[in-house]
Amino acid sequence: MTPQPHDILFRTLADPTRRAIFERLCRDGDQTVGALTAQAGVSQPAVSKHLAVLKQAGLVRDRHEGRQTHYSARLDALTPLTDWASRMTRFWESRFDNLEDLLKRMDQ
Amino acid sequence: MTDRANETRTVTVEREMPHPPEKIWRALTQPHLIAEWLMRTDFQPVAGQGFSFSAEWGAVEGRVLEVEPHRTLSYTWEAMGLESVITWTLTPTAGGTLLRMEQTGFRPDQDQAYNGARFGWQRFFSNLEALLERTQ
Repeated sequence: MTPQPHDILFRTLADPTRRAIFERLCRDGDQTVGALTAQAGVSQPAVSKHLAVLKQAGLVRDRHEGRQTHYSARLDALTPLTDWASRMTRFWESRFDNLEDLLKRMDQ
Repeated sequence: MTDRANETRTVTVEREMPHPPEKIWRALTQPHLIAEWLMRTDFQPVAGQGFSFSAEWGAVEGRVLEVEPHRTLSYTWEAMGLESVITWTLTPTAGGTLLRMEQTGFRPDQDQAYNGARFGWQRFFSNLEALLERTQ
């Protein structure tokens, strides 16, 4: 099956280091790779790689300023996670209804 | 305060039912009963066991993670390209059973990492929640 937007987000954020980088961008605003590396506990190439994956998932955007690249979080990209949750809630609510009907029939 | 965080992180449906846990457990674990309210399946309540659910709209693949008869049942749920974990909890009440279903959408790469990963998500979303409250 084709990957869904929420699937890509979950997979992207499932990595704790990557999630920490994204979280930091959400919390502290724009950051350079250097500033992120100083706190990430992994090498700069590793941070750059995580940023590339985040960018591909639409979770961060980059902005070039002189020789520096600044990264920032795109919170609107998290919308499919909320959509997924409301779709699944409707699915399970209707299955709970079915389950209650079945339990009534099982009394006999 | 945590409403939006919960909505994003997991799907939880909870209902009190006027039936004993043993009876609800049967409906959750016996294939011919599961077929009546959820989907056709070859499910068996044995940890590590793979199974599939099928419906007109597609199929769900899963693997049983935890079985504690009449109390807890959890399994992976892979559908539409998303692997999540379903956890059923049955709590006896004066009038029957409180049945709770929690679906958490992330990939537990290994069982050992499961709890750590789950807490990581919880912290992530509660931080995010706090941030969204400040910025709106």
